[in-house]
Amino acid sequence: MSITTVPKPIAGTSSFLDDRLGAGNFLKRNLRKIFPDHWSFLLGEIALYSFIVLLLTGTFLTFFFKPSMGEVPYEGSYEPLKGIMMSEAYASSLHISFDVRGGLLMRQMHHWAALLFVGGMMVHALRVFFTGAYRKPRELNWLIGVLLLTLALFEGLTGYSLPDDLLSGAGLRITEGVAISLPLVGTWITFFLFGGEYPGEDVISRFYSLHILLIPGILLALITAHMILMWVQKHTQMPGKGRTNENVVGAPFYPAFMVKAGAYFMFTFGVIALLGAFAQINPIWLFGPYTPADISAGSQPDFYMGFLEGSLRLMPPWEINIAGFTLPMSVLIPALVPMGIIMTGLALYPFIEQWVTGDRSEHHIADRPRNNPHRTSIGMAAVTFYGVLWLLGANDELASFFHISLNATTYVGRVMVFLGPAIAYYVTYRVCLGLQRSDAAVIGHGVESGVIKRLPNGEYIEVHVPPNPAIEAHVRGKAPVPMLPGADGDGGGERDGVPPKQLRGPLGRLRVKMSRAYGGEKIPLDDGHGHGEEHAAIGSGEDRSLTH
Amino acid sequence: MTRITAGRRHPLARYAVLLLALGLLGGIYTFVASTTGRADASIAAGRADDVAEGKKLFQQSCASCHGFNAEGSNVAPSLVGVGAAAVDFQVSSGRMPLARPEAQAPRKPPPPWVNETTIRQLSAYVESLGGGPTVPAAEQVDPAKGDPAKGGELFRANCIQCHNFVGAGGALTRGKYAPNLTESTPTQIYEAMITGPQAMPVFNDSIITPEQKRDMIAYITGVRSQVDPGGAGLGRIGPVTEGLTAWIVGLSLLVLAAIWITAKKRQAK
Ligand code: HEC
Ligand code: HEC
Ligand code: HEM
Repeated sequence: MSITTVPKPIAGTSSFLDDRLGAGNFLKRNLRKIFPDHWSFLLGEIALYSFIVLLLTGTFLTFFFKPSMGEVPYEGSYEPLKGIMMSEAYASSLHISFDVRGGLLMRQMHHWAALLFVGGMMVHALRVFFTGAYRKPRELNWLIGVLLLTLALFEGLTGYSLPDDLLSGAGLRITEGVAISLPLVGTWITFFLFGGEYPGEDVISRFYSLHILLIPGILLALITAHMILMWVQKHTQMPGKGRTNENVVGAPFYPAFMVKAGAYFMFTFGVIALLGAFAQINPIWLFGPYTPADISAGSQPDFYMGFLEGSLRLMPPWEINIAGFTLPMSVLIPALVPMGIIMTGLALYPFIEQWVTGDRSEHHIADRPRNNPHRTSIGMAAVTFYGVLWLLGANDELASFFHISLNATTYVGRVMVFLGPAIAYYVTYRVCLGLQRSDAAVIGHGVESGVIKRLPNGEYIEVHVPPNPAIEAHVRGKAPVPMLPGADGDGGGERDGVPPKQLRGPLGRLRVKMSRAYGGEKIPLDDGHGHGEEHAAIGSGEDRSLTH
Repeated sequence: MTRITAGRRHPLARYAVLLLALGLLGGIYTFVASTTGRADASIAAGRADDVAEGKKLFQQSCASCHGFNAEGSNVAPSLVGVGAAAVDFQVSSGRMPLARPEAQAPRKPPPPWVNETTIRQLSAYVESLGGGPTVPAAEQVDPAKGDPAKGGELFRANCIQCHNFVGAGGALTRGKYAPNLTESTPTQIYEAMITGPQAMPVFNDSIITPEQKRDMIAYITGVRSQVDPGGAGLGRIGPVTEGLTAWIVGLSLLVLAAIWITAKKRQAK
């Protein structure tokens, strides 16, 4: 089907609407919108569809959930809690689980969808980061994404606390601990949140409003904005045959992309339903009702909060006492610093990169991660930092599962949280350069043909053939990482004359240094040998370097 | 004859008779006194020969660490006064005899010589050394007679900070750990509470009454045999395995689906 002919359903609908609303052209244009095809471009949709499942299952839950902390004796059908005093919130969650038809499935689907929502956002964000898809003109959409991720953490935290069970109570207690240790405003914020002394009577109903109204509202608005921006700016595409910075190659929204997206929605829904039906999640009846006096071994938050839990467990017990006031650094640092580093780092990265590379041009072709080795290494270092904190959040489970000392996990973690990212940086950088070299070899020497040839001198070689055009175009899509105008050339800006004004002074010189390290071509594709064609041609095997 | 008669008149004879009499008297006294002592102890512990048998067993398998008379050594504590319940708990759960020094004696399959009789004999012997908590009667630990809801509250208030909500266990400091409670028999649960093995505190009858202990046993054994209503239990340790499942099952399946869906490329025309 050629792109210019409009399929009948669209033509029909749009002329129907055109006749009445004058909106037909709008539809015609947008339903034929082209979407590039790459599996990693679907990752964001995991988050989108999980959010839809969250809205649906969450609405179901609101029909039965009672956001009240009033004490009632349990009278439902779960025997081991019969007659126990508990909050209405907990009792109604048990009621949903055991006495509402399909209630347990809905609760479990809601929770699994929440995990996939955040997990989907994370892998999507990583894809965007490593392919450089956040570059101009998409910085704003990147910022919206960072905001969505942050909000989702709060949405998850508030939802997790709603059933008012002993496990989520432990999370609430930590939240309170963090809030109250904030300097100056801590006490005020805690009293505002909890409506008095912890735990008070109000926090569940306040969290309920946040969880079902305020945060989902903002999430929905931001997701819409995210989609609209993506639509207007068009999707980035991987480098390849016929793809340029000015076009988009792929399938039109209707019908091809819509079918794929629809199928993917079904998949997401299906996976969530499968998990909800066959894997138990958050078995609140085993945890018991919340009382501030009790706490269990192995209390963990949901995975997306794990890194905060880990940093809390890692932190040595420091505190600062000034003029009778105590600043509990052992709570403040772990609660605010890693989150700050990760979220602020994410938000600022596009702008820092622009500052370093001086690159103000638009990019619609995605980078392959190997082709910007420093970015990829920074990303992997951040992933490692996050990963170490995440593991440490589960250090008691690790200690008891692998029979190692709990203290040892903490000591190792304290070192690894600094050393791990450094190692990850170094290793990733090497791997990227290695992959670039193998790309250069593909262009320079061709790919292995599987044909073994014997040379007159008795040596055996494998004949290389030129790569197939699609692969070659994909590899050749590489462009050098941009650099500040003054920074290239071996001597750097300073020697070739007077550097531009903004590059003078210590900060300017640092910028030039960083730019030189970050930018440029590390391993040129058509490097050194310069006689790639000869290697590639079958039968021209006069060169020993073929075997390398 | 004359020699004896003559000897009778010997000046030392009087002393010899005296000595003999004293010796006999002392001997009889010691004999009688010691048997009455032992008889008392064995009445308390069940049967008289249990103590003797127990002592033999003890000297074969336990004395190398705990000392010849259970007085303790630099590698193991004294067992005087730990009671029959401690021995029953430690030996029936395979913790004792300890195989090698570790941060904590682990539960393991008991050696072949361990059975109800030998445990009873060992317990009788240790009890004979200085009393201590006794093994609970079957009726005291019958889960059917307990109230699981009350037991659950007590369990949450006293035990889960070490053993976790569902008795899945948890790590303590320096390689120590609170074990999971999936294999403990009702009797062992009761004994663990009254003897407080290693890092575990003692919960004597004034802290938790015997009836409350039975409620807790009802809760622990009830919950662990409960079929998970929500599907696979994922080890019942909460968010850690749930998060792993979300990534390893959920996200992996979806990524595979994405790859599959986009595998068929439309060629640009
Ligand atoms: C390899 C040395 C070793 C052997 C053999 C050994 N034990 Fe122990 N036992 C220990 C140590 C060490 C402890 C204290 C720490 C612990 O409980 O792990 C202990 C603790 C105990 C306790 C608990 C004491 C208390 O305070 O509650 C009892 C009861 C006990 N042992 C009985 C026995 C019996 C009965 C045997 C023989 C079947 C035996 N042990 C064999 C080393 C040993
Ligand atoms: C301070 C932490 C702590 C608390 C609180 C605690 N325990 Fe323990 N518990 C332990 C440790 C440590 C062990 C392992 C002892 C050993 O291996 O000898 C243990 C062992 C046990 C065992 C034996 C497990 C087996 O392998 O058969 C049972 C049963 C038990 N505890 C029940 C309880 C009950 C019931 C409570 C509450 C009344 C409780 N514990 C409270 C730390 C604790
Ligand atoms: C707007 C849509 C949403 C509505 C109406 C909604 C509603 C609810 C309600 C009523 C509950 C408590 C009932 C119960 O737990 O049994 C709940 C729990 C929860 N919500 Fe939501 N929610 C929504 C979106 C989200 C999102 C986006 C997330 C994730 C980031 C999330 C995460 C959670 C979690 C983790 C729980 C605890 C579930 C459990 O009990 O196992 N929710 N939600």
